[in-house]
Amino acid sequence: MASNKFDVEATTLMVEELRGTFNAGKTRSYEWRVAQLKGIIKMMDDREQEIIEALRLDLGKPEFESAVYEIGMLKSSCARALKELKHWMMPEKVKSSIVAFPSSAEIVSEPLGAVLIISAWNYPILLSLDPIVGAVAAGNVAVLKPSEIAPASSSLLAKYVPEYLDSSAIRVVEGGVPETTALLDQKWDKIFYTGNGRVGRIVMAAAVKHLTPVVLELGGKSPVIVDSDVNLKVAVKRIIAGKWGLNNGQACISADYIITTKDFVPKLVDSLKHQLEKFYGINPLESKDLSRIVNSNHFDRLTKLLDEEKVSSKIIHGGQSDRAQLKIAPTILLDVPEDSLIMSEEIFGPLLPILTVDRLEESFDFIRSRSKPLAAYLFTNRKKLKDEFVRTISAGGIAINDIALHLVVPSLPYGGVGESGMGSYHGKFSFDVFSHKKSVLYRSFVADAPARYPPYSQGKLRLLKALVVGSVLAVISALIGLPEHFGSKDKSA
Amino acid sequence: MEEEMEQVRRYFSSGRTREASWRKSQLHGLHRFIGDREDDIFRALLRDLGKSPVESYRDELGILKKDINAALDNLADWMSGKKIKLPLVSFPTTAELVSEPLGLVLIISSWNFPFGLSLEPLIGAIAAGNTVVLKTSELAPASSDLLADAIPTYLDSKAIKVIQGGPDVAQSLLHLKWDKIFFTGSKQVGRIVMAAAAEHLTPVTLELGGKCPAIVDSLPTWDFTRDILLKRLVSGKFGSCSGQACVGVDYIIVQENFAPTLINLLKGITEEMFGKNPKESHAMTRIINAHHYKRLKNLLKEDGVEASVVYGGSMDEDALFIEPTILVDPPINSDIMTDEIFGPLLPIITMKRIEDSIKFINSRPKALAVYCFSTNDKFMRRVATETSSGSLLFNDTILQYAAETVPFGGVGESGFGRYHGKFSFDTFSHEKAVLRRTSLPDFWFRYPPWNDYKLELFRLFYVFDYLGIILTVLGLKKPRPRSTNV
Repeated sequence: MASNKFDVEATTLMVEELRGTFNAGKTRSYEWRVAQLKGIIKMMDDREQEIIEALRLDLGKPEFESAVYEIGMLKSSCARALKELKHWMMPEKVKSSIVAFPSSAEIVSEPLGAVLIISAWNYPILLSLDPIVGAVAAGNVAVLKPSEIAPASSSLLAKYVPEYLDSSAIRVVEGGVPETTALLDQKWDKIFYTGNGRVGRIVMAAAVKHLTPVVLELGGKSPVIVDSDVNLKVAVKRIIAGKWGLNNGQACISADYIITTKDFVPKLVDSLKHQLEKFYGINPLESKDLSRIVNSNHFDRLTKLLDEEKVSSKIIHGGQSDRAQLKIAPTILLDVPEDSLIMSEEIFGPLLPILTVDRLEESFDFIRSRSKPLAAYLFTNRKKLKDEFVRTISAGGIAINDIALHLVVPSLPYGGVGESGMGSYHGKFSFDVFSHKKSVLYRSFVADAPARYPPYSQGKLRLLKALVVGSVLAVISALIGLPEHFGSKDKSA
Repeated sequence: MEEEMEQVRRYFSSGRTREASWRKSQLHGLHRFIGDREDDIFRALLRDLGKSPVESYRDELGILKKDINAALDNLADWMSGKKIKLPLVSFPTTAELVSEPLGLVLIISSWNFPFGLSLEPLIGAIAAGNTVVLKTSELAPASSDLLADAIPTYLDSKAIKVIQGGPDVAQSLLHLKWDKIFFTGSKQVGRIVMAAAAEHLTPVTLELGGKCPAIVDSLPTWDFTRDILLKRLVSGKFGSCSGQACVGVDYIIVQENFAPTLINLLKGITEEMFGKNPKESHAMTRIINAHHYKRLKNLLKEDGVEASVVYGGSMDEDALFIEPTILVDPPINSDIMTDEIFGPLLPIITMKRIEDSIKFINSRPKALAVYCFSTNDKFMRRVATETSSGSLLFNDTILQYAAETVPFGGVGESGFGRYHGKFSFDTFSHEKAVLRRTSLPDFWFRYPPWNDYKLELFRLFYVFDYLGIILTVLGLKKPRPRSTNV
């Protein structure tokens, strides 16, 4: 239901309607959830060409990237959810603690209720519908607010989601800041936001009013450390695929900058230049295999990063741009100052700074001194370096000898830490993030330790101590009045 | 204060707190504290709340000891992370989840279980390898003092700090940047905490409260078992910090034709447990302070509420004591039926049919717990699937707090996040996804320039259609043609 005039009353009414659907129990059945997941798959199949076209209009995204990273990943996500849903929905039996004996316990997943999903512009289809997969799999009703910065995709979603999904439970609201503000004012049971840290703070602050839990999928400067002992050709191809091959660097987990040794950098740069030409030709501004920059705001933001005085002289490859076409060529810079703008904010574009160090280990300190990124990458064959990297570098996720691939693995959680966000999803994590895990205990009527209740006494105290520690001997000794600590399993006794 | 925090952060960066040996030594230190200073702890709780040592042990110390032991037993397992199985197409690639500490965490505790609610989260924070600042509640001063004095001598004071003080101290702390904030307390303060956390994008766990209902559908006919259940019910209200417990029974719902019987039974059991003169019984705690005493007194004074009292009701302002009080059907819109009571006043709400209790509970904010006393499987199933709460307990009260194998936390207005047992460890950890690849094999179809062939391979790749991949690579399966690009 696309709205052209959006106001608070309409929003409140819409949320009421959705909650009505939820309270009636419609979204709880397995069949309903399956129908929604199948609906998404069908939408991808039926509308594939339109989706590819919308992404081309919004981002100049190559068909390959659209088909693989948006449609392909989404279908894969739905397929997995369909396969596993019965299992995810089942209560999890847990061992009951001795203190609660005799009883049985389980953890039951229940939907949270009405959830709000605010999506981003760089993967506008995937980042809108992938959280929806989790929301519907978990049995919630949802409102999706796609990014207005990708208008063709937003319209497409507004048009087709009501056709392929149950519009009494899932709605799309298009718009910008006013619409988002009106939505954030409502009471939600969860808010799922993908975007940047500035707006992430606004979303979390808005969630305070109703004490709504939030998931924030943000970004950061994902570093790539390159060791000299790697298979250079493979590493460079993967780096290129993980930078310019991901929406031309406009991806939250794309390689932001590289750190390598002074000794190795000439070889690395040569290989990069060589492979870049193989991938995108001599004139990358003409290549069909690169997304363009999303809009003139971001174009200007990126060129400004290049124009900074102490930075512009460090360009060693590329740097060409075409504002009319919103295109910037793959650009490499060498040893820009650490306090430059390009090294302060997330680049989110086709500019790749390379910093050099004497010893590769110094790069770890550098990364640790900065905000925790969404991803951190290391290319090396040295096991010790890999282990130390994994052990001491904190990031949402880490990949060794590849870029971004970890987000493709559905059994790995995808999310940030620190400034790169909170909460995670994908696969079962999506189901979990939109569920409440309720502890349910069934107690029997048989026997209670009278020590639980008043009137209280020293004897009861001893008995309680023994029961808590779980030592049968201690229990018996307390009951028959043997000295304290006899048979005690207490770790400090 | 900022200086001090900087020091603690540097200590965290040194990596000392990540070592399993450090974590174990801290857990042992906590265990020794509770063992050595047990008498001091009992004394502090007696002073702050008039809490009996048995109640103190049952609800706080005993559980802490059990959970410290569980953490020590399981630490290696928790720290080891998790290997993730990957689909064949990814071979040879390995994936795992690595748990890492968040860094510097802030724990804000409450006054009703000042040791339990301070140290239980601390167990998790330490087990996960963090440095911690614990802000105790100033409303329980003796407990707060003891913690501030003793913790530095039993634990590594470079990593774990106890800070005392009131709202202004809390405000100063909240302005700083934390890697996690764990808060136990009221909704109102919870909002302040979350708002402060939003500025630094700090994840929070809020353990709040709510009005936890106890539905009494049916009780066993045999006296012996019936009394067991009644004791559980009554002690779940009056016996746990005199009702000043987030997970205590707030009110009871019963079918109107069963109400008179239940009320008589409750009166009998209450008198049996707390005596004719509860104030002398040392079986109940005091009300924490004059402010809450007045609040509770005012709850009773409201129109129509006072008239609904059928048992108890007497109060002693000097002793800050309120005896177990039972009310029947106070006005539904009165404060006592709107706000979380947090005191020894027990309203009983009657309904035409007990099934109506489900609708009633659903019309109110989600509580930290729902309790249901029943032998009717069908009804129990309905309560489990049709109501939502942090946790649900059949035929007992409060016990889920002590069961470390189930998560403890709220939903909706009763909070978000959870802890106890491994859930504590997880709540103070970041579960980092780690993927390790080798250079070979490398899938050449990953890279541009793009063509139909590569696209087809990827289509198959994503649905793990191995046969399709092989056929396509061998040229035995034709790729689907692309649309024409502009």
